[in-house]
Amino acid sequence: MSKTPLDTVEHAAATPDVELPWAELGLKKDEYERVVEILGRRPTGAELAMYSVMWSEHCSYKSSKVHLRQFGEKAPESDALLVGIGENAGVVDVGQGYAVTFKVESHNHPSYVEPYQGAATGVGGIVRDIIAMGARPVAVVDPLRFGAADHPDTKRVLPGVVAGIGGYGNCLGLPNIGGEVVFDACYQGNPLVNAGAIGVMRHEDIHLAKASGAGNKVILYGARTGGDGIGGASILASETFDDAKPSKRPAVQVGDPFQEKLLIECTLEAFAEKLVVGIQDLGAAGLSCATSELASNGSGGMRVTLDDVPLRDSTLSPEEILMSESQERMCAVVEPEKVDRFLEICDKWDVIATVIGEVTDGDRLEIYWHGGKIVDVDPRTVAHDGPVYERPYARPSWQDELQADDANKLPRPGTGEELKDQVLKLVGSPNQASKQWITQQYDHFVQGNTVLAQPEDSGMIRIDEASGLGVAIATDGNGRYAKLDPYAGAQLALAEAYRNVATTGAKPLAVSDCLNFGSPEDPAVMWQFAEAVRGLADGCRQLGTPVTGGNVSLYNQTGEAAIHPTPVVAVLGVIDDVARRTPVAFQEDGQLLYLLGDTREEFGGSAWSQVVHDHLGGLPPKVDLERERLLAEILISASRDGMIDSAHDLSDGGLVQAVVESALLGGKGARLVVPDGLDAFTFLFSESAGRAVVAVPRSEEVRFNDMCGARGLPATRVGVVDGDTVEVQGEFALTLAELREAHEGTIPALLG
Amino acid sequence: MTARIGVVTFPGSLDDRDTQRAIRVAGAEPVALWHKDKDLKQVDAVVLCGGFSYGDYLRAGAIARFSPVMDTVIDQARAGMPVLGICNGFQILTEAHLLPGGMLGNDHLHFICRDQKLRVENADTSWTTDYTAGQEIHIPLKNMDGRYVADRRTLDELEAEGRVAFRYLDFNPNGSLNDIAGITNAAGNVVGLMPHPEHAVEPLIGTGRTDGLPFFTSILKKLVNA
Repeated sequence: MSKTPLDTVEHAAATPDVELPWAELGLKKDEYERVVEILGRRPTGAELAMYSVMWSEHCSYKSSKVHLRQFGEKAPESDALLVGIGENAGVVDVGQGYAVTFKVESHNHPSYVEPYQGAATGVGGIVRDIIAMGARPVAVVDPLRFGAADHPDTKRVLPGVVAGIGGYGNCLGLPNIGGEVVFDACYQGNPLVNAGAIGVMRHEDIHLAKASGAGNKVILYGARTGGDGIGGASILASETFDDAKPSKRPAVQVGDPFQEKLLIECTLEAFAEKLVVGIQDLGAAGLSCATSELASNGSGGMRVTLDDVPLRDSTLSPEEILMSESQERMCAVVEPEKVDRFLEICDKWDVIATVIGEVTDGDRLEIYWHGGKIVDVDPRTVAHDGPVYERPYARPSWQDELQADDANKLPRPGTGEELKDQVLKLVGSPNQASKQWITQQYDHFVQGNTVLAQPEDSGMIRIDEASGLGVAIATDGNGRYAKLDPYAGAQLALAEAYRNVATTGAKPLAVSDCLNFGSPEDPAVMWQFAEAVRGLADGCRQLGTPVTGGNVSLYNQTGEAAIHPTPVVAVLGVIDDVARRTPVAFQEDGQLLYLLGDTREEFGGSAWSQVVHDHLGGLPPKVDLERERLLAEILISASRDGMIDSAHDLSDGGLVQAVVESALLGGKGARLVVPDGLDAFTFLFSESAGRAVVAVPRSEEVRFNDMCGARGLPATRVGVVDGDTVEVQGEFALTLAELREAHEGTIPALLG
Repeated sequence: MTARIGVVTFPGSLDDRDTQRAIRVAGAEPVALWHKDKDLKQVDAVVLCGGFSYGDYLRAGAIARFSPVMDTVIDQARAGMPVLGICNGFQILTEAHLLPGGMLGNDHLHFICRDQKLRVENADTSWTTDYTAGQEIHIPLKNMDGRYVADRRTLDELEAEGRVAFRYLDFNPNGSLNDIAGITNAAGNVVGLMPHPEHAVEPLIGTGRTDGLPFFTSILKKLVNA
């Protein structure tokens, strides 16, 4: 694209009729015309590169913006929120002067094209977002979705993704404490690789992405800029895969976790010495994004000399340098008198750092190359004034039929023997089976603060050694529920993550989300998206947990077939003393099992309907967020006051799945009695929301019952921790050995 | 008095702060050492901690072995200073020829992180006197390149001289020869192992066991009583 003569601003003004490849760069005709209108002339090649990448769906949220506004408009009052939507990541006050930043992002498309590097750089990107806020990263989580477990391509994608997450995260020294792995044919060709990270800092250490103070220097530091990932953001993330198009392989970036580890340490050292005015990581859209966002969020303009950018490949054109998504780079704004010290710290860590420009007192972003001015724009028009689409949306014609196909009418097991067979089938099905084969490829011990990690209900990290203050995080999302009813599905994802945090004893505080959907150009998909956002925003308002940020991934679609709408919700919680955390595993024979909440005949979208009948239809479980809040309060109180020794939330697979998991983890069985008013099948397999099963020491039974009674939470005694079988009285018994074989053998057999 | 125990940070070290904490929990004083600095700051012993020093590029531990700090560590270790190498530190010790043999990629080709059962085979080294020989312990293990290998003569020598300090029990997580998890030099001052005792020093954290603490109390007693 580089031309002779150099396509400067002057040259562009003088040659209005030159045709630029705006369509190849992913811009629509009206978008290109808008660029021309903003500039009052045709853009230079470099300007076109910047606008095209910043106005892509991935960077501009042009299709989703009008809906996402609800997260702000409906945000509940929360004293905990220190930094909200719009920054690199949200920041939450967790007390004792600590602030926690967390966020979930997607790296879906790259991970399908190149599973290892796609997933690895997903971790790298989210971690840089966390550092850019001023925090030390303390943990990562990875919600993943793949095609059918026995599909040959899953065996290509999954091991690569898992090795990539492990290879990068393990090398950064970040414990991987949570996430999910879900298989469904709908994700065939469109795996979802979401990555979340948590960081901790003191309140006074919060940093923001803005370039202020004329004369301050702009320093690019980290890896050299290369030809990887050029146009990745605009081309790769914004268009649906189509067999007819040429391979897009070169657009995936390549990660170097060692470089990122150095970047973390040197950035934190610079923060500690208060050397940084503003900071931005280089992720999607690389320098285009970093310079335009820093400049547009600050008070002045910015002048950058692109010739000073350290290159891995000296033949790169200025447009390519601006678009490159080479990993492990950051951009800092530093006062002139502190530049030397900043460079010294970078040198200590063997990190290349270069002054590439400075903040000006104007309001333009100007970029020079070989002495010529190749960019002269109002940075806001690049970073914030991208197109906004009111995409048409409509409830799909098939929705009624889907909901009418009632899962509650499916044939049910009639005998104890049939129940037993279906329990074994359920706990051994790929979605319900143990994911240890995957999670043991992640380091969950590093940093020495991991209190809970998968397969616990939430991951928990100690953040203060003296007081025991800790944070918990859970991510959840059920695409099957959301397909049946996207509004309820989003709320069920929120409810489950909220419940999972509370089950471990932590108080839910705030939400991040990763919204994975098909093509926004399909009105049915857009309706799913609109409904899910509305549901999540309403739910967050009701639960008092604000959305602090997140990510939207659209175009997860091959041809006409979109993925199930998959809003993945992360809930962050705080616990005053991690010593009071509640684990999933049964602790002691003789403890009493209580089922909290109401159990109804709810099988729409259930694991049972999928595993036994390969069915998806009907309505998802009913949402009752007030009940979720009450349940959470009870679980937190019971944990704090030592009334329960183990707890497990009930979600996919129902009560039997939860009990089997607690039994296998604790190496202790359970005897269950079907309570009055319920049949054995509904008792075991229903997926009614707002429930948990807890183990209560006998000495605490009265106190625990009194608390539930006084607060109006149904608590039903359903059994006792005992022996080495899981027995449902009068129906069947399964030994822990049989259950273990079914539960733990599946994934290694498929993937090992 | 207490003992000063150095922890080296290489670029890519990950468990340096954890190891410092473990030393503190045991009651000794952790001292941060920097890879570019030959000065060991008057420490009584050194721990080379886990991580991916220099990105594990070339070969795990191969570059770290040539860093300035290692010149001093190698000299001092030969003169009798206690040195413990954990995971990447073990790999560095073999690269530095302070311990024999070397580490290859895990036989199953995956990173593995698990709570690993071990048997203490030698409770007479500087780092293991608070264990008893034959004691069975659980220590977290996490590595990509943990398969201990050596030629037959070296293995025979290690076995004959009781220099296999720790052995994997029930499950060999990486294909190590003779189920070797850790070894010592003949003098007993240099010990290396793949599992991470620094991750098992506090109840509640990690696996919830404190089976790794005796490493740090052993060395503290030895140094204080010296």
